[in-house]
Amino acid sequence: MDIFSMTALETGKAIKDGKITAVEATKQVLDSAESKNDKINAYITICREKALAQAEEVQKKIESGELTSPLAGVPIAIKDNICTKGIKTTCASRILGDFTPVYNATVMEKLNNAGMITVGKLNMDEFAMGSTSETSYYGAVHNPWDLNKVTGGSSGGSASSVAGKMSLVTLGSDTGGSIRQPASYCGVTGFKPTYGTVSRFGLIAYASSLDQIGPIGKDASDCASIMDIISGKDSMDGTSLDIDYPEYLSSLTGDVKGIKIGIPKEWYNNKGLDSEVAEKTRKVAEVLEKAGAVVEEISLPFAEYAIPAYYIIATAEASSNLSRFDGVKYGFRAENYSSLVDMYNATRSEGFGKEVKKRILLGTFVLSSGYYDAYYRKALKVKAVIKKNFDEIFSEYDLILCPTAPTTAPEIGKSLSNPLAMYLSDVFTVSANIAGLPGISMPCGFDKNGMPIGVQLMGQALADTKVLNTAYAYQQMTDYHKQEVK
Amino acid sequence: MQITNELVSYVANLSRIKLDENEISEMQSQMSEIVNYMDILNQLDTENIEPLSHIFNITNVMRDDEVRDSYEREEILKNAPAHTEEAFIVPKTVD
Repeated sequence: MDIFSMTALETGKAIKDGKITAVEATKQVLDSAESKNDKINAYITICREKALAQAEEVQKKIESGELTSPLAGVPIAIKDNICTKGIKTTCASRILGDFTPVYNATVMEKLNNAGMITVGKLNMDEFAMGSTSETSYYGAVHNPWDLNKVTGGSSGGSASSVAGKMSLVTLGSDTGGSIRQPASYCGVTGFKPTYGTVSRFGLIAYASSLDQIGPIGKDASDCASIMDIISGKDSMDGTSLDIDYPEYLSSLTGDVKGIKIGIPKEWYNNKGLDSEVAEKTRKVAEVLEKAGAVVEEISLPFAEYAIPAYYIIATAEASSNLSRFDGVKYGFRAENYSSLVDMYNATRSEGFGKEVKKRILLGTFVLSSGYYDAYYRKALKVKAVIKKNFDEIFSEYDLILCPTAPTTAPEIGKSLSNPLAMYLSDVFTVSANIAGLPGISMPCGFDKNGMPIGVQLMGQALADTKVLNTAYAYQQMTDYHKQEVK
Repeated sequence: MQITNELVSYVANLSRIKLDENEISEMQSQMSEIVNYMDILNQLDTENIEPLSHIFNITNVMRDDEVRDSYEREEILKNAPAHTEEAFIVPKTVD
């Protein structure tokens, strides 16, 4: 039984039905991950022995009826910025190269309790800073659809491992599009939940007010089933929401009759938007209209200010969050230094990569005395404007439909030399983080070179199930998400 | 906003990051481009708008003050680049 021909949920059912064991499923993922990693570089760490031991234990508990989750026994791979007790967690950085957490992130405790098997840790942009997964200290991730192309980022390993049949389902994190954009480039489905619905405890912070953990998988059902496991109030995260959490998977009905969807006209006039991407996005609207949704053009005039506001807020928070990496408590320390301060300087200069240093400097600049009001405070005001803009839209519309990224995946080596152009490629995704909204990217076609195109649905805060259900409805009517790398 | 080499050196020092001359001029040119782009926010009149930090209302979170297990000191110290059996080792800080 080839588990890569199935979704995570189907694999979970096959395990329950006794058609395959958790150990056999785990072996398949490990074998594939190990054999393909030279080419794709999706994993930083593959933990065969730990995974197989965990699978054996889980299999017994499934047989005894102790584990009943639909995903019990199913292997999962984890972005390497999520702390895994006893498993190296590098954040794709030299500075954390030797870091082995002594605790689990809350999401890891939840996955373990549900009986999911951790097979390894996934490559990413260093500290999740990047849109291409090229800034990793451990080398760039390659796109399984074309190894010369990037996977997108920062959760590049999380998306490429699903597309490349090196994992069934994964966790990523999304600060400005880091789940949705790589999902789009790799032809898989990635979901960024409402801010506060998944605990960030144990997620190594990039920009705390924007970071959110979420699933990447083959389809909306797999993403919803992961949400059932990882969401929920957590006392270890002060921003974790104390709400009645929905049952994500069982809310997928496929019924979208009467749902009102807005298409922001400004975004389709975006200069950088590829015509094939625009055309395929409009076709998604047609499919949803046929299913009974109402699609209308809307205006989001302030959305163009989202990128500058995002890069001010994100870099400001990063400069503060990354001050903890000082060569004392964990990770790398430089060899040559003359004093304590020089030890900090040398460690951080050698331990961080170029993109991370640039963002720390930008963040320090926008927070520094004399520039704070003009940049950081201004960005928080713009955030208020953007949120109000979205509130107005969502008082009339259920969802916003737009491309996930302006283009398909660019070639490796082309983006980092022009950072501003790379930042601008986040144009359609960052506003969901600024306003804390749920968003999903799902495959909706291919360009003339056979590279996947993704479309994004965004909803009001806490309308996560509406977003997932509409994606589910679309995937019931199309088969782009079932296309495989040849 | 003009980003000069001096400003790059200044924020690098605040950030505890050491840059050589080539790195300073590369950062200067990339940061200039990005900060100039950030300046488009000035097109937006935000005179009467309150800055927004949190999307949701954040309330103070309290819990009972109870004794809980902590992590093992030995395990935590294993991650440190230099340590004794009970403490981190750092360069001499006071003469």
